[in-house]
This record gives sequence, C-alpha cells and structure tokens, in this order.
Amino acid sequence: MIREQFRILSREINGRPLVYFDNAATTQKPDVVINAISEYYQDYNANIHRGIHTLAEKATEAYEGTRRKVKEYINASSSDEVIFTYGTTDGINLAANSLGRATLNKGDEVLISAMEHHSNIVPWQMICEERGAILRVAPINDAGELIYEEYLKLLSEKVKIVSIVHVSNSLGTINPVKKIIADAHAVGAYVLIDGAQAAAHLGVDVQDLDCDLYAFSSHKMFGPTGVGVLYGKRAVLDLMPPYRGGGEMIKEVTFEKTTYNDLPFKFEAGTPNIADVIGFSSAIDYINALDKNSVQEYEKKLLEYGVSKLAEIDGLKFIGTAKDKISVISFIIEDVHPFDIGMMLDAGGVAVRTGHHCTQPLMDYYNIEGTVRASLSIYNTEAEIDILAEKLKAIVKIKRK
Amino acid sequence: MSDQSINEIQDEIIDEFAILGDDKESTVFYIMELGSNLEPLEDRYRIDSNLIKGCQSKVWLEAELEDDRLVLKADSNTDITKGLISLLIRVLSGQSLDNVINADLYFIEKIGMHNVIGSQRSNGLASMIKQIRLYAIAYKTKLQSQS
Repeated sequence: MIREQFRILSREINGRPLVYFDNAATTQKPDVVINAISEYYQDYNANIHRGIHTLAEKATEAYEGTRRKVKEYINASSSDEVIFTYGTTDGINLAANSLGRATLNKGDEVLISAMEHHSNIVPWQMICEERGAILRVAPINDAGELIYEEYLKLLSEKVKIVSIVHVSNSLGTINPVKKIIADAHAVGAYVLIDGAQAAAHLGVDVQDLDCDLYAFSSHKMFGPTGVGVLYGKRAVLDLMPPYRGGGEMIKEVTFEKTTYNDLPFKFEAGTPNIADVIGFSSAIDYINALDKNSVQEYEKKLLEYGVSKLAEIDGLKFIGTAKDKISVISFIIEDVHPFDIGMMLDAGGVAVRTGHHCTQPLMDYYNIEGTVRASLSIYNTEAEIDILAEKLKAIVKIKRK
Repeated sequence: MSDQSINEIQDEIIDEFAILGDDKESTVFYIMELGSNLEPLEDRYRIDSNLIKGCQSKVWLEAELEDDRLVLKADSNTDITKGLISLLIRVLSGQSLDNVINADLYFIEKIGMHNVIGSQRSNGLASMIKQIRLYAIAYKTKLQSQS
C-alpha cells in the first residue's frame, strides 16, 4: 500500500528490484509531493509576498500555508517562529553566524558532542575562531551514547551555546535532548538541536523540548531537497541579527540606513525556494495522514529484524548500539572494505551508504575509516532485509574463500 | 615475462568477461574475486610516494625495470580497485616499454567497465593507466640517456 505511493520503489537497478536503504541521506518522495510541485509550476507559478496579481496571491497563500503547517507539526507557539532555510546545514549556519555574533565573546564556549555531523561542527568552529570563543566536545561511550556526566561537567557559566544532534545520522542514537536542554538552560546557555534525522522518525514538540532553536530538512521527511526549517523562540530570534541581506528581509531601505522586516521575514532574504516549500507542505500532510504510533512500531520492528539478521553474518560488527535508537544500522565487516560492500550491494540493486557519513571525528573515535549504513524507512520491508543479508553473506563468502 | 602480446591478453579478458554476460552483479563479484587473489604488495612499497593521485580508494603502484621490460606491482585498500589493478597488471606487466607507452587499452571499453564501476572509479582507473605510462616513459628516457 505505502510502496505504491512511491513510484521510484517499483523500478529496477541492474535488472533487480531496487532496495532503497539510504533513507538517512534522503528519503524517496511520494507522488503527492511530486504532483504538488508540478502543479505550482503549471498552475500558479509567481513570486511571492509583493505581487498583487492573482497568481502571486495564490503562490503566497500556498507558501505561507506551509509555514502554518510546520508550526503545527512541531508545535511552535507562532508561525513567525518558523524560518525557511535551504536545509539543516543552512539553518545551523544561520544560527552560528547570527546567534554566535550576538552572544559569543572572547573566552566563551560552545558545546557540541562527539557524534555531530560536520554540519554541526564546522559552522561553530568558524564562528568560534572569529569571536575568539572555544569549541568543547562532550564525549560518547562505545555504544555511541553521550556520556551524560561528562556533558554535565563541561557545562559551565562560560558555555553560551549548546548545539547537539537529536538523532545521530551515523549511529541512529537518540539523545535525551529534553534533559540536555534543561541542564544547558540552568547555566544560561542557548540550545540548538540538529533535528535532521529526528523530524521524520520522532514526533517533535519544540515547546515541550523547550529548545531555543531547532533545525531540520524537508528532504529527509519525504519532501523535496533545498528546503529546511530553523525554528526559533521569538525572544531568541529577536536578539539575533539578520544573517543575509537583500529583498524581502527589509522594511525600508535608503542609502544611509535600512530597517529590517519583522519575523520571520528578516531571515529570509531573496526569492525563496517557493516550489519546494509548497511541496514540503504535501510531505507534512503525507506524514500526518500516517498513524504515528504504528509507524514508530513498524520501524522498531524492522530495526530489530535487521539487527537479528545481520548479526548472523561472519565478522560483522555493529557500530552504534545505543539502547535508544532509530532504524539506522551501521556496521563493518572484518577484512572487507565498506566501499567494496557498497559497490557489490549496488550491483545487486541494494542502495546503502558507505564511508564516514560526514562524521569523521566520530569515525576517528571508533578508529575506523567508515561504515556501511543501512537506514530504514516506512516503505522498507523484512523481505528487503533478507535480500541485504543474503548478499552480505555472498560477499563474505568470496572473501573467506 | 609475458610471452603474449598486449592485444592477445586483452582479447582473452574480453572473452572472460563475455561469459559473465551483461549482469553487473556477477561482473562486480568477479572483479572483487580477482582483487582478493592479487598478491599483496610488500610493506616497503606501500609508501606515500607510490600512492596514485586521483583515486578515491588508496592505490600503491610500484614499477620496476627488468630486462628492458616494465614489471608492475600494485595494491589497494579495496578489493574492487585491486581487481581493476590486477587486470592492468595482467595486460601491461612484463611488456616492453614501447609497447606499454603505445598500448591501445580497448578492453576497458569492450568489457563495459565504465558502466560497471561508475564515473568516479573510471577516473581513478584512467589515473592508474596514466601513471603506468609515465613510469614507462621515465624508464625509456633513462635508458636512452645511458646509451
């Protein structure tokens, strides 16, 4: 039933049915999302906000409709707190540059964790260098879980910003973000949560979490690429200066002085990615129409099945065995390079990701070059996991000959 | 030393791959098998100066001159790349410098390698071939300056 809504899933790769296990990189898009994008271009393509004609009115309504839908999806208190970005990376760059400039001074600290994606490392390194601030890293244990006591030890009055991933892309670990946020607030730090991997798998309630900023991407939750959201509490967004200048983000411009627009527009300079924001709206509708509990149960069942099947393979070692994790299975096989595994699986129609997954410091921690990562989504099946396991067995057989 | 000509060996490889048909999975498995059978390079050759630039996986290539013929040894950290190298070694190692320099390596296209290994790998393979030719040219220049 679900698979029929994703046309791409019925195609073949090298004469074999596609098995798509690269959902943590990007999910596939259901037909409703693809149709919404074509419909915009075919029926009401226009630039938004300033136009007075019918098409502009309709496009603006659809674009702002997505904002209201996102507000509901993450339970923000106002749609003014929903800033459209080009993706999670873009949102974190906005936050680092803007909140970083507003809060960081020489000797201040930014605290991240050892399991961060490069997107939640590099922007902070850059702003720390500019402001003379120091980047601190909270360590993890071998299972791939944050060592909470160490995190608490690093939290001091010097820490102005904590930026932590909700769900690790390489390991699948779910971090206890609510607690992380509360403890960071106790020392007066602002908290950004990188929600790229969480938004599709977990329900996100930004008011319940009490995070100051939350960044995520549309394309990892069945929506189009090139769209993301940076949620921010109004009080926090108000103290953040604009990051990019241009059209849309201004109230009045003279050569002497410019006054900036109100939220959320002060952070949305230039013509945004209108079509894909509209497509994103359909992706949220799509997720909302699914039963959240049964989706989570199904993904949990897939994960358990996958782990039990892959555990049978000779020399296979799981990387990331947190108690609380989403349906991401990262592993290495003794004496077989992840790249060889990825190439051979692809030749047989199975799409996985191999390498460092943009988390090189994390790979350094495990002292490995990279892993093979199978990341599962709602349209994957146990039969597909069987295919993966069989192919891995065949690969190992060649090597052990 | 190879008694077969470069083209005889290439034709042999083309025939072998023809048996696999156009099934990509069997082809990739075969290349990986070739790779895992390749004699590993001694540690003293696995040095940075033997690394080939432009390859995504690590490739070490050592070329020596024996009786005016080029002898190649190579290794990689991935078996598929090793498999590709083993084909190049089979075709070019033990051949005369001029034959290596002037070789038309048509087997790569004939066995549909580009489609099997993708564009990034293909660039890596091209870098390996280029490096082998450079070694041959360097040895030739050296021999000429000695005579």
